[in-house]
Amino acid sequence: MYAFEYQRPATLADAVAALTRSEDARPLSGGMTLLPTLKQRLAQPSELVDLSGVPDLQGVREEDGALLIGAFTRHADVAAGETVRRRIPALARLAESIGDRQVRNRGTLGGSIANADPAADYPAAVVALNATVRTDRREIAGDDFFTGLFETALEPGELVVGVRFPVPDAAAYAKFRHPASRYALVGVFVARFGAEVRLAVTGAGPSVFRVPEMETALASDFRPEAIAGITVDADGLNGDIHAAPDYRAHLVTVMARRAVAACG
Amino acid sequence: MACTITLTVNGKAVTREVEERTLLVHFLREHLGLTGTHVGCDTSQCGACVVHVDGRSVKSCTMLAVQAADCAVTTIEGLAPADGTLHPMQEAFREHHGLQCGFCTPGMVMSAVDLVTDNPDPSEAEVREGLEGNICRCTGYHNIVKAVLAGAQAMRSADTEAAAAAE
Amino acid sequence: MANPSGIGASVRRREDKRFLTGRGTYTEDIRRPNETRAYILRSPHAHARIAGIDTADAQAAPGVVAVFTGADMAADGVGSLPCGWLIHNKDGSPMKEPPHHPIARDKVRYVGDPVAVVIAETTAQAKDAAELIVVDYEELPAVASLRAALDEGAAGLHDDAPGNVCYDWHLGDAAAVDAAFAQAAHVTTLELVNNRLIPNAMEPRAAMGEYDPATGEHTLTTTSQNPHVIRLLMGAFVLGIPEHKLRVVAPDVGGGFGSKIFHYGEEAIVTWAAKKIGRPVKWTAERSESFLSDAHGRDHLSKTELALDKDGRFLALRVSTVANMGAYLSTFSTSIPTYLYATLLAGQYRTPAIYAEVKALFTNTAPVDAYRGAGRPEACYLIERLVDTAAREMGIDRTEIRRRNFVPKEAMPYATPVALEYDTGDFARNLDMALPLVDYAGFAARKAEAAARGKLRGIGFATYIEACGIAPSNIAGALGARAGLYESAEVRFHPTGSVTVFTGSHSHGQGHETTFAQLVADRFGIPIDNVEIVHGDTAKVPFGMGTYGSRSLAVGGSALVKAMDKVERKAKKIAAHLMEAAEADIEVKDGRFAVAGTDKAVGIADIAMAAYIPHKFPLDELEPGLDEQAFYDPKNFTYPNGCHVCEVEIDPETGVTRVVAFTAVDDFGRVINPLIVEGQVHGGIVQGIGQALLENCVYDESGQLLTGSYMDYGMPRADDVPSFTVRYHEEAPCTHNPLGVKGCGEAGTIGASAAVMNAVVDALAEYGITHLDMPATPERVWRAINESRPAMAAE
Repeated sequence: MYAFEYQRPATLADAVAALTRSEDARPLSGGMTLLPTLKQRLAQPSELVDLSGVPDLQGVREEDGALLIGAFTRHADVAAGETVRRRIPALARLAESIGDRQVRNRGTLGGSIANADPAADYPAAVVALNATVRTDRREIAGDDFFTGLFETALEPGELVVGVRFPVPDAAAYAKFRHPASRYALVGVFVARFGAEVRLAVTGAGPSVFRVPEMETALASDFRPEAIAGITVDADGLNGDIHAAPDYRAHLVTVMARRAVAACG
Repeated sequence: MACTITLTVNGKAVTREVEERTLLVHFLREHLGLTGTHVGCDTSQCGACVVHVDGRSVKSCTMLAVQAADCAVTTIEGLAPADGTLHPMQEAFREHHGLQCGFCTPGMVMSAVDLVTDNPDPSEAEVREGLEGNICRCTGYHNIVKAVLAGAQAMRSADTEAAAAAE
Repeated sequence: MANPSGIGASVRRREDKRFLTGRGTYTEDIRRPNETRAYILRSPHAHARIAGIDTADAQAAPGVVAVFTGADMAADGVGSLPCGWLIHNKDGSPMKEPPHHPIARDKVRYVGDPVAVVIAETTAQAKDAAELIVVDYEELPAVASLRAALDEGAAGLHDDAPGNVCYDWHLGDAAAVDAAFAQAAHVTTLELVNNRLIPNAMEPRAAMGEYDPATGEHTLTTTSQNPHVIRLLMGAFVLGIPEHKLRVVAPDVGGGFGSKIFHYGEEAIVTWAAKKIGRPVKWTAERSESFLSDAHGRDHLSKTELALDKDGRFLALRVSTVANMGAYLSTFSTSIPTYLYATLLAGQYRTPAIYAEVKALFTNTAPVDAYRGAGRPEACYLIERLVDTAAREMGIDRTEIRRRNFVPKEAMPYATPVALEYDTGDFARNLDMALPLVDYAGFAARKAEAAARGKLRGIGFATYIEACGIAPSNIAGALGARAGLYESAEVRFHPTGSVTVFTGSHSHGQGHETTFAQLVADRFGIPIDNVEIVHGDTAKVPFGMGTYGSRSLAVGGSALVKAMDKVERKAKKIAAHLMEAAEADIEVKDGRFAVAGTDKAVGIADIAMAAYIPHKFPLDELEPGLDEQAFYDPKNFTYPNGCHVCEVEIDPETGVTRVVAFTAVDDFGRVINPLIVEGQVHGGIVQGIGQALLENCVYDESGQLLTGSYMDYGMPRADDVPSFTVRYHEEAPCTHNPLGVKGCGEAGTIGASAAVMNAVVDALAEYGITHLDMPATPERVWRAINESRPAMAAE
């Protein structure tokens, strides 16, 4: 790790001010990606702004029939939280499937989505649940938040404060784990809101994406069989030594079917 | 650049000056001489460095020492009672040969204790899933799983006895 | 009454308490006043000429004590890391043995090859400074795999190794094999890849050098399986330090699996540098460094043919293997694909004629050497895949074809056509024990039940025999070994009857402190707590060849028995004197030395006291003291053997394979501590499953390591494997060592990968799939199924 300065502000305003003051300052949330990156000397921030002391980023609450989850809520707390388990059990189960126990005890929702790792789990939920990302300065629709490989709509210095998840009628997440890293090689989150179905895929491409053809088919027939014949184009999907693009494309259909089946 | 942190480690308050970039695991090993917490990888996966921070298991190689300021940290050295006996989970690992070279063992035991604290009566499958963040190259996990199941039972019994004694 | 801590008891391990309470002492845990930290700058290129290195800025960086390059070591006359086994080519000429410097001098030959060492007050400072070193590399084309090395016109790594050939070796009777093939009713052929693995002991390698100018003594503390071997190799060949001025300590070591046998350059670097700077120098690998720089394992390409008669009896086996040595020869690299591989190609079978040729090639990859099993898993995998394939082709049940070809126990001792003589073994018994355990008869029903759930179920068998405790020294020497293959032990009774044992074996997880103590407690009828086992320090232990190849108990334990024999002989003399009896009348039972036909007896503690306080001692006949040393050089290898059975279920939609059951029946000869033996088998099985399903070391064409961390290299985790059924029998003890033991450390790994792959291929048989290379990753399985579908549709 290169040397850096460190501070732990007590308010959102102080955190934003610290991040705005220096171009090279980075927010530190759970640190599950940032710290390994620093250990490998792949980044050299001048300052880390630890968000753990900011009360505005914490907690889960219901708001107008939706769930508002603070950015600093750890995966373990989303997984075990009574409100989340009752209102959107699929989201709790997704959180329970992230990384391992120790990662879930540190990693946070805000950190995960701001990092926008192509293999992260939360992006699939944010997009499929049509969530809204709240920042210190605005609201961003889930569909507009993830803009590319490790890229989001966040401006420099802009902080995720929380995510507002509408409550679906049914939802499920099916993940195929990378054999080594155990990140999502392909993860599919499907959510049904009345007649509308949204389906988002993580892991397979450079960034989370929806599959409109599957959504349309499921809107009229919400059964796994309805999408069994629908495949995504392998062009542009990720490929590595564990999974070439065509295999990932195949897994999208399989995982999508399993997610629908898991909706019961 | 350095800053001063105060935290509780194995029940004792400690104050030290550390470089901001110091990882918690290095703080424990280098500054406090608590070398039971090991470093087995650099990608936060092997779990040899697992300690408890405020009662939850974390990978101390993926946490800065400054992030642990004002927290209570328990390491493998602080798990057993002071009377020289072993914690029920440690005893179960010994009884069931849940360790060979011993390198992953501290992290494995700390993870197991956290797992059982959350889920006092886990199934074999739950133990296996619960230990996915800890890699062991020696045991093939067979005896570790056996040990954790036995350790869970012993921890339940200890709790029951403690509750009975309190009444 | 049997000693509760004696032979055959599952004594709980005595070493556990320190490990369980965080009080183990691994190399990295040791702190010295004034110690410095070394960071090794490694080549980012697989193959490049070093045109220049500028270390000026690094030397001036904060906290830096020194920066050294290969030129500095060369100037001090530091030598090349030696190779411990000379192999001869088919034509009798010696193998190519290019120099292997601790720090590269003119050229780098793999990603990770050391180019400089930075020594600083802290690791962070050393790493900061290393970034300031400017190395002028002139990149060269890389040869990053065996296939690339086989290409005409591949770049050359070493000037003195044309075609990148280290050696081209063979074993067996080619003419006899040709003749047998001419008579064959059936020939099964198979091309196999034995995938390259990275050992991944959980403790990364570490080394600390110290120098005492007052005495001129060097001390190296290192993560080694055999400190005396390191002392010999590094002292004599690399640094020119005589043994009496060089102490090598291997304290608690966190797993080895072969990877910590070898003498690594870092050990020489820290030992040499400590004297240069006058301070202790400690180096600890980061895991990503371990991936790059630990010796890797396996990495063979083989063409195999098995000739059979019409009844499925094996007539001959022909094997042609290409083996990867990596960029340089690691300590025992050359012996692995030869004397530890081709000699095992008979397996458990009475194949009358075998011919194997092995070509070893240099590539721009990390050195390749012994990894758990070392040559024997490669042989077992090859034979057992071939046998299964032959059974399927000929329509013979897989257990039946094995049974038909087993070397029967009545044929023991049995000389194979590949230079070994099996002393004992009852292979049919292993299979007979396994079949009811795995409910082979019920497999069809289980397969049908799985099919109803959409899963493909397969069962796979593998039998194995391994040669452990490589020996004897004189024969190994004639075959090119450059080291002795004995072991030493010293048994020191103290005046009050407690015992310290000094063994040249080294425990890095195997539990010697318990098992070896059991031998002593059993022999002398004393409490196990009165026995201390000392290992891993050349200043304490007389000599040793260390622990590898499942040799500790068979060789080190036998040396201990020999030393105890000597103690007993002397104790008898003392007892005779104490009781005023004739030595011939002394009977020894359960640690009591009694005069035959009387009730007079003394215990070993009384004898020890008399030996050290020799007031009434026949000093003209007997020296005081009770402290004996022995060296044991085995007469033969030991031959552990077994039958492993695996059941898998495959999800045809995703290609995911799950091991749902695994049963191992083994013959390790006599078992001293069943708990420890079973633990060794469990761990071995998972390394075998790892090779079969998860683990694969991959370099890209330019020689960059693609599997350089646990993000990409699939390590088996707790939820990747089930619990196992492990059984053993003791009906065929080793005939030539005093304990009757054979060794158990590698067995699981040797049998498991073949059993798993045979199960995978069995599960996929309905798709017409006859072979799949390891690892059977989900993608590979899915692709095989997918590619077979059009063929099936066309039928």
